Amino acid sequence: MTQLNRGREFTMAKLTRRAFSALALSAPFVSRAALANDTEVRMYFPVAVGGPVTKIIDDYAAAFEKANPGIKIKPVYSGDYVQTITKVLTAIKGGDVPETAILLAADLYTLFDEDVIVPIDNFIKTDADKAWLASFYPAFMENARVDGKTFAIPFQRSTPVLYYNKDAFKAAGLDPNKGPANWAEMREMAKKLTKKDASGAVTQWGIQIPSDGNTGWLFTGITTGNSVRLNNAKGNQVFYDDPKVIEAASAWHDLSRADASHPPGIISWGATPRDFLEGKAAMIWHTTGNLTNIKQNAKFEFGVTWLPGMRQNGAPTGGGNFYVFKGVSPAKQEAVFKFIKFMTEPEIAADWSVKTGYIATSAAAYATPTLKSYTDGFPQAIVAREQLQHAVSELTVHENQRVTKFMNDAIQAILTGARPADVAMKQAQAEAMRVLAAYK
Amino acid sequence: MSLINHDNAAGEWLETVAAWTLGLLWLLPLLFAVWTAFHPSAYIATFDLFAPLTLENFVTAWKAAPFARYLLNTVVLVTGILIVQFILCTLAAFAFARFDFAGRDILFALVLVQLMVSPDILILENYITIRSLGLVDTLPAIALPYLASAFGIFLLRQTFKSIPKDFEEAARIEGCSTLGVLWRVYIPLGKPIYLAYGLVLVSFHWNNYLWPLIITNSVSTRPLTVGLAIFASPDQGIDWSVICAATLMTSGPLLIAFLLFQRQFVQSFMRAGVR
Amino acid sequence: MPALPLRMMTGSRNSLHAWLLVLPACVLLAAFTHIPIVTTFIHSFYSTPRPRRPSRFVGLDNYEAMLSDPIFWKALWNNAIYALTSVPISIALAMLMALFVNGKLRGKGFVRLAYFTPTVLPMIAVANIWLFFYNPQYGLIDQLLKPFGIVGVNWLGTQSTALWCLIVVAVWKEAGFFMIFYLAALQNISPDLREAAAIEGASRWTFFWRVVFPLLMPTTLFVMVNAVINAFRLVDHIFVMTGGGPDNSTSVLLFHIYTVGFRFFDQAYAATLTMVLLAILALIAIGQFVLTDKRVHYE
Repeated sequence: MTQLNRGREFTMAKLTRRAFSALALSAPFVSRAALANDTEVRMYFPVAVGGPVTKIIDDYAAAFEKANPGIKIKPVYSGDYVQTITKVLTAIKGGDVPETAILLAADLYTLFDEDVIVPIDNFIKTDADKAWLASFYPAFMENARVDGKTFAIPFQRSTPVLYYNKDAFKAAGLDPNKGPANWAEMREMAKKLTKKDASGAVTQWGIQIPSDGNTGWLFTGITTGNSVRLNNAKGNQVFYDDPKVIEAASAWHDLSRADASHPPGIISWGATPRDFLEGKAAMIWHTTGNLTNIKQNAKFEFGVTWLPGMRQNGAPTGGGNFYVFKGVSPAKQEAVFKFIKFMTEPEIAADWSVKTGYIATSAAAYATPTLKSYTDGFPQAIVAREQLQHAVSELTVHENQRVTKFMNDAIQAILTGARPADVAMKQAQAEAMRVLAAYK
Repeated sequence: MSLINHDNAAGEWLETVAAWTLGLLWLLPLLFAVWTAFHPSAYIATFDLFAPLTLENFVTAWKAAPFARYLLNTVVLVTGILIVQFILCTLAAFAFARFDFAGRDILFALVLVQLMVSPDILILENYITIRSLGLVDTLPAIALPYLASAFGIFLLRQTFKSIPKDFEEAARIEGCSTLGVLWRVYIPLGKPIYLAYGLVLVSFHWNNYLWPLIITNSVSTRPLTVGLAIFASPDQGIDWSVICAATLMTSGPLLIAFLLFQRQFVQSFMRAGVR
Repeated sequence: MPALPLRMMTGSRNSLHAWLLVLPACVLLAAFTHIPIVTTFIHSFYSTPRPRRPSRFVGLDNYEAMLSDPIFWKALWNNAIYALTSVPISIALAMLMALFVNGKLRGKGFVRLAYFTPTVLPMIAVANIWLFFYNPQYGLIDQLLKPFGIVGVNWLGTQSTALWCLIVVAVWKEAGFFMIFYLAALQNISPDLREAAAIEGASRWTFFWRVVFPLLMPTTLFVMVNAVINAFRLVDHIFVMTGGGPDNSTSVLLFHIYTVGFRFFDQAYAATLTMVLLAILALIAIGQFVLTDKRVHYE
């Protein structure tokens, strides 16, 4: 919750807060902050990636502390992205401003509108800093800037890719070393890959694109491949009713309605990797963040390829960026800046990419021996990075959650056959623009 | 009382089958969780009696999230709510049951409002209140809206009212003070109700999710339910084996407690004649 | 209430004692129930404060916006279906369960335990298990229905079935808890009644409908009110299983309130939606009051 009545925070409340703060905060944290003269940097971190990610982050924090005595990093693992932004905004409203956080790149305008972030440009002083800022892949920087200022630094970034089951390809008489190059090819392959048993029940779907979570993100993959953008750079205009967007939505629906090579209805994001591993889906669209998981659990040979487009190649970027918050003392902000620079060093970025499957954020990271030897042995890992040349930012607008939900709802209505594509998308457009009118 | 006449053996047999079928159906999710948690994830979709057993899922789940801390938070939270609610509701129920004071009936009617409007519904305003107290992300914040319970007051008042006055008279004659009467007479006689009410309360707060989700931010305050929800919705898809293991670990203590207490629990409900 | 208490504690000193006894509970109740109800009402007439646009009085604007919000109507409708189906089904099942385990059933203790376990398990955890059951390809329900020629149904991903899936989970979760109340009530029915009925040659069925069922009426009312409240209160499984989708077909009022208040950060509109929920609960309360003899409940 962010916009809560500030008037109610009268003095007594502040007194209470002070009185309770000792109780409220965990004891070790209080004692550490109170005893040492260290600059403490709290980083809210969304643990949405599962696995031992917290351990990796703790290790980086320890390495940084060792190299920078006097600065203490305290990661706060705060749930998924939605929960994390809520927590951060809450804390700020409560007067307890964290120093930094990894939040969705797409929440840029939400944070900007809340007036809680500071431009990174404030800290850029030397040529080396400038070079550093220019080192990130441009696709990641698309939704890091507002009014020409940079407000975010990419960290855990991903993009959707197509995973395919090579064994299923062989069984269907397809070349297992070549995934679909475009949408039409994917449709043809999907039809061939769809298998039914004697009773007519499908035992293996050709293609599966999840739609209950990250719906809009994957849809941006289809729209970008259809040479159309979903929002303008200012984040106050969407194009849900563009004919090409409507065409993209219909194309998605056609996979199940016309081709019967995609399961009908809404597909679970969480269950899709399992469907793929169980051999129930021969091709899936999912995040690169899943690479490590699939690599470890697949009992068959699998391939990874770019999202096949209808008119061109294209994919959205996703994932989280570093933000620095307003109201933090300059000394602490400098410490944060140091930490962010550390976390985006090529060596760390390479290590992070190998361990999680996220895309390393700079070309320099891919030049490191760590990442080089990894991608040489496991070429699937390089696909996402190569796709970046065709990538655009995901939907990033003011009131992002709400405006995105209009689109997600429309897509779900289309995929479940409840409403025709043009009707649903036009309605979503009208609703979205009503909200965005305030930001014109 | 059974539905079908017991002279009718076929009827009795049918009833038994129906009751057992329903029972097994009701247990199915738990049985599935146990099966899945103890087998490698490869066997999740294929039932095989001879599938290898493993504890790996428990190890993975335990390592992947600070369940020990979550468990501690939940235990502290539930214990705190239990103690405070018992005290507050006992005192209030006693006053409502045995005192005649101005405004009593109106006050009691106001108390009953919370039976209808549980704190879950007022998440928004309660959030604002907690925030203005500066208590967001603390264990007291999770507990505060639930510390006074209309259900508890109502239940205990009913119990106290059913206790014959003679007992109280006797205690008074022996020189007991008001609180002494409460402590010596009413509370001991209300024991079965406290047990039933306590178990309902524990299982409610052990499993409560929405409010703790909103009000907690960090590992040091998050209860099991919220920790589990965060753990179970990873970006990379669901691993049911590990989730089932985590589910068993998190609800295990409560399940065991219920297994141990179930006879007393059901009986105290019956004796209490909760209506 | 007894007609004339033997020695009801009266007088100013006792009055003071009584107030001291109820005070802590009442202060907390006021702080987290009564005052929030009032502030919800007030906030629903103001706009949501934003950093660059402070809150201002907007009259009925929020209510107008609500009436033209299709998701609100959908959530309201879903909630009505959810309540009107899950409540009677779980009550009927609870009664059946109680009758089962109150008889001479073999393995009574185990069956009773089986019925009750869902109550003890956290909804947030079991929802994940149900998620698996509903999986269209290898889910348990799919496997069970295969012999009947029903395969590959995307239960949670289809608008017409998703809400029913959630209702099934709610019934499964709640029936065993309500059973306990019926079980307690059945214990209070005198065995003489059954003997009398048997002597008169009444069938079991007649006996149930003519004698037991009416005697269980107060319990049924109590359980019903609680079940209805739960139907508006319990949303945990929605978070895990559908997130309100597809296209809001499983969104209910409280879930919509959470989304608006805590994801869109729109405090004013969330307060407006909360007012609707409060109005519904008030109606239920009035209904209960009118329908039942007050005495049955409060005494």
